[in-house]
Order: sequence, then C-alpha cells, then structure tokens
Amino acid sequence: MSTEMDHIESLANREYKYGFTADIESVTIPKGLNEDIIRMISARKKEPEFMLEWRLKAFQHWQTLKEPTWANVRYEPIDYQDIIYYAAPKNHDAGKSAEEIDPEIVALYDKLGIPLAEREALAGVAVDAVLDSVSVATTFKEKLSELGIIFCSFSEAVQNHPDLVKKYLGSVVPYTDNFFAALNSAVFSDGSFIFVPKGVRCPMELSTYFRINAANTGQFERTLIVAEEDSYVSYLEGCTAPIRKENQLHAAVVELVAHDRAQIKYSTVQNWYPGDKEGQGGVYNFVTKRGLCAGVNSKISWTQVETGSAITWKYPGCVLKGDNSVGEFYSVALTNNYQQADTGTKMIHIGKNTRSTIVSKGISAGFGQNSYRGQVKVLKGAQGARNFSQCDSLLIGDQCGAHTFPYIEVKNRSAQVEHEATTSKIGDDQIFYLLQRGIAKEDAVSMIVNGFCKEVLAELPMEFAVEAQKLLSVSLEGSVG
Amino acid sequence: MLTIKNLQAGIEGKTILKGIDLNVKPGEVHAIMGPNGSGKSTLAQVLAGRPEYEILAGAVDFLGKDLLEMAPEERAREGLFLAFQYPVEIPGVNTSYFLRTALNEIRAYRGDTKMSPGDFLKMIREKLKLVEMDAAFLNRSVNEGFSGGEKKRNEVLQMAVLQPRLAILDETDSGLDIDALKVVADGVNKLRSKDNAFIVVTHYQRLLNYIVPDFVHVLYDGRIVQSGDKSLALQLEANGYDAIKTAAMA
Repeated sequence: MSTEMDHIESLANREYKYGFTADIESVTIPKGLNEDIIRMISARKKEPEFMLEWRLKAFQHWQTLKEPTWANVRYEPIDYQDIIYYAAPKNHDAGKSAEEIDPEIVALYDKLGIPLAEREALAGVAVDAVLDSVSVATTFKEKLSELGIIFCSFSEAVQNHPDLVKKYLGSVVPYTDNFFAALNSAVFSDGSFIFVPKGVRCPMELSTYFRINAANTGQFERTLIVAEEDSYVSYLEGCTAPIRKENQLHAAVVELVAHDRAQIKYSTVQNWYPGDKEGQGGVYNFVTKRGLCAGVNSKISWTQVETGSAITWKYPGCVLKGDNSVGEFYSVALTNNYQQADTGTKMIHIGKNTRSTIVSKGISAGFGQNSYRGQVKVLKGAQGARNFSQCDSLLIGDQCGAHTFPYIEVKNRSAQVEHEATTSKIGDDQIFYLLQRGIAKEDAVSMIVNGFCKEVLAELPMEFAVEAQKLLSVSLEGSVG
Repeated sequence: MLTIKNLQAGIEGKTILKGIDLNVKPGEVHAIMGPNGSGKSTLAQVLAGRPEYEILAGAVDFLGKDLLEMAPEERAREGLFLAFQYPVEIPGVNTSYFLRTALNEIRAYRGDTKMSPGDFLKMIREKLKLVEMDAAFLNRSVNEGFSGGEKKRNEVLQMAVLQPRLAILDETDSGLDIDALKVVADGVNKLRSKDNAFIVVTHYQRLLNYIVPDFVHVLYDGRIVQSGDKSLALQLEANGYDAIKTAAMA
C-alpha cells in the first residue's frame, strides 16, 4: 500500500544506461597472478627497472597480507587467480592523439558522452580516457604543457618523467598500506599523472574517464597528482562499466601531494555497473585514495558522488602535515537494490592549526546497505586542530540499512572535534505533499534526494553537478526515485 | 464542479467516512465543520488522493471526470489543491524551484509552455504581496524552519501560484494568531472568483468571520448531519457541538 514501495518497484526496473559492451578487440595476458605476470605487465609497458622492482616488492608484500574483513560488506571470496590483470585495446599505442586512435574507441567514448577529439571537447575540460588497462587518449596536452603542466597517462609519465614518478610514487600510499593498495602496486596498469609547477593555476578542469570494457578483467589504475608551491588544480574522474553477470574487480590507488599553499580539488562521479536488481554482477570497487597536505597552508578537497558498484570500499583521506593545512571531504553515497557501500574518510591532523571538514550523505534504497566509516585523528603536535563532521543518512523503503562508524582519536588537548549524525526516512508525507502539487512521483523522490545532497553537490564543478543530479535520479529510478 | 455521492472511506480497516454527499459549484465557498474525529480531515485527504485511505463505496465527479480513478498528481494537475493542515518540510529544496517545477508540471498537463525563470520571478513577486511574504522566502528550503504562520502563508502562496479550480483548506486556521489568520484569509478572499470554489475545513467558527462561506455543513461520525448558510456556523459557536451529537444519537 505504500506509495514509496510502488515507486521503488518502478525504479528498480530501470536499466543501467552505460551497460553496453563495445566491440573493441583487446589484447590480454593470461589469467592469474604471479611474478611472471607482473614481469609481463611491466615488459609490455616497457618500464624502467625501478618500476619492475617496486612492483615485485609490492607483490611479495601482498602475499603476506590477508584480505581485510572489517568492512560492513558481504561478498563471495575473490579468486585472485581467476582474474585477468591486463587488457589493452588492440591497435593501440600509448600517447596517440585522438585523431590517430581506433575509430571504434572514439565511437565508444562518444556513446558515453566523452568526446576525445579536442575540437569537440567540452570547453574548459581536458580529458584522459582510460579503457581497461591503458590510457587511450589525452586531450589538450599541448595547451597545458605551455604552462608547464604535465597531464598524461601514468605509463607516459613513467617513460617521460621517471624522476617525478620515482620521487612521489608510493609517498602517500605506500605499497604496504593495505591489501588492495599492495595488489594495485603490483599490477597497476595505467591511470593519470598530473604535475602542476610552482605558482601555476591550472586554467581548466582536468578529467579522467575510466571505462572497463573487456570481460573477466580487473582494472587497477593509479593516479598521482602533485601540486607544487602556490599552484591550483581541479580534477574530475568518472567511471562506467558494461553489464556483466560476473563481478569485476576494480582496485585503484590515488595519491595527491600538495606543497606550500597549493590546492587540489578532486571530484569523483563513480558509476561503475552496480549489478542487477537481484544483486548479480557489478563491480567491486576497492579503492585507496589519500592526499598529503605536505606544505603550510595547503588544501586538499575530496568530493565524491558514488552511485555505482556492487560494493564500494573507499576512504579518501587527508594527511594534514603542513601547518594551517585544510582537508575536506564531501560525499554522497547511494546504494540501491543489493548494493553495499562502506565509505568515509580519514583525516589525520599532524600540523598546527590544521582544519578538516567532513560532510557525508548516505542514501539507501531497496536492499542497499550504506555505512559511513570515518576516522579523525589528532596527533600530539597538532596544536589548535579543528574538525567538524556531519553524517546524514536517508532511507527509502524499509528493507535497506544505514550505519555510522566514527573513530575519533585526539592526543592534543587544544583540539576541537565535533561530530553530528542524523538518520531520516523519506516520508510518504513528503512524497504526497509534492504529488499534491502536481509533481510526478519519480521527480518528487529525486527532488527530495537532491535536496538532501545539496551541500555536497554544491561542491562539484558546475557541469558535473548537473550530471550528478541526473545520475542520482537514474540510480534511484529502478528502486525508488 | 465537484459532486460527491455516498462516499465511504477508511484507513487500516476502520471506516471513517460513512456516506458523504456534497455538491460544490463554481464560485461557491463551502465550510465543513465538526468536532474532532468526525472525519473532516479524512474527507480532505481522500479527495486529494492520499494512498493510505481506502475507498469503500461511492463516487466523486470532478469537472466531469472520475476523481477517485485519478492519481494524486493528476488530481492536482486537473485543478484540485489541498492546503495542508501540517505542511511538510523538504530540506534542501528551494521554495522557488519547487513552486516553478509544480507550476510547469501543471502547465504542461494543460498543454501550456513552460514558464521561464524570469517570468516566474515577476509573477511570484506579485503573489508574495498577497500573503505579505518577503522574497527571501523563495530561497529558503520548502517549509524548513518556518513558523506555523509562515507555513500556512506558504500554502496560500502556492495556491495563488497554481491557481486551482477547487481548493480545500484543511484547518488552515489551526495554530494561527489573529493577525496571521487575517493575512491568510485576505489572501484566500482575493483568490475567490466565479470560476473557482473552496472547501474550508475548520473546527472553529473564527475563520469564517473572515472567509465568509455560502454553505456550512456539519460533519459528525462520518456523515453530514446538518447543512445551512453561514448562520449555522454562528449557531454552532454559541451552542457547541453537543446539540449535534445528541441529535445524531437520537
């Protein structure tokens, strides 16, 4: 009898829009994981010796680790020997410009709404496109290089800027950090690399679009952003994958380094395939993201809208080392049908007068389970540190769940740490009120959900905010809004 | 405009409306009065299509269409408006955006073009005067943190913007001080025309001093037990509902 449940039904029947597969021939390596596989990946990428050594050390370390089980998510054990760790489109060489790449790939990205040709590109947004394991195109490269900004695929960075890679790779997320970070370090295939030199304000949004296309393939990308003194960069990432019955593993690592007075704004709209309405298939999104505010007065801001993936396990955090540095985390995580998300952040206050803000909005519908897990740690030397955390959960229907796990550890008496949490349910009252004003049920639910997420959506760059709003509506459509 | 025949409805197995007959013509104002629990608010909710209520018998014709067959949003688009007794808060949703969305849904239903944000702003500035509201209201979240009076004025503002054919005011006077009551009643009076009609649901006669009804109906135990003109309201005010109850028992 509940209007809400009917609505959820109707929404649950909506299909994942990005679920098509493209007919792009790919070159893969054999299934499984061992040192030979790692040597094979490294050889294919023509990597210098230091990279191979690093990968092998990571692999050795990974073998000593156990998969973590503390997250509030459930899934069948992953057989790491049953995954293909490298897939690249055939007829592909890294660093090609859009004009030279396989027309099938250009067509795929057009279908996704990401034009690779610069003349058609979104104004003010430079794009790096990563398909399965490799980067297939990077736009606006020359224009950016005039300013000394490096924006390229990770593979190219290893070839062309080995000193920078050597200096910063693993400096924020060492391969010893956790199980999935170690795995990524051993087998990562591509990703984006950004370097913004001293005093440069990057004039356009930099963006990477990740796409898994090949079957039975894991995607392990690595992104590294370095902002030198007094620089600024805003970066966006988007992700989709085809509908497949099998679960696909995605284990990425992102490292950010902000030097004195530098600012990095990192936005994610994650829409990996979430699985079908019975919970079959979908991407396992096990990601480690961390930013180091290395310099004084530096600032790192994470904004994420997580609507996809069968399972999300990610905690983009900030290590606030520089005095007066600022860390921010704005998150919307939506779980519908049988999706599970265990996400949040880590704010580690080391420097004096460091400040952090956490705003987390969890939305659960269908049988979705949504957990916020956040750590705020104030170390001894962090005189005058401040944190404010706000975690709000919205429930749609009565089969879903919302959970909050805050961890607060304060070792300096002058610190101020505030935590607020609320849980509410989309009421039949609210929906009926909007219906009575002539607004359709689906629009009513998405209006309520968007209102709930307003503070976070406001942090996204304009074009992305509009996309994110649509995505929230679509993601709820099969299930509630 | 609205013809209700033998309407019976209930909730969770309990019958509340036990056979309502009512006929409302364009230009008329009908007051529905009655003691607590008589079914006044249920009638308002059932007409608006609240899904929790079950229709047990009867028929309702609204502008030549079967009202009971329509979804709540269709009823709204056909021109039925309910001013809520307890307007709902919708955090984060800007009042202006909400109202423009609602208006454009209704316009689209009628085959009109969407109103641009610019034209909408001009129009709504006029409507705000009607309820003596400040333009700052428009940028606040729908009803969030509004006082009781502000919420009720917001209901009248919405009515002014959406221009319904039939407006049902569900205890719009409850929780209002006399000044706020006058503002709300003035707003309603300015919206009265020969083409639209009002059903004013109220417990007290007080509101009817300001919104003068053409007909007064007394609802008791799910039935209209007495109908008359505005003097009936005064009579009830003087004698209370006890006489009605006694008569109904007999």
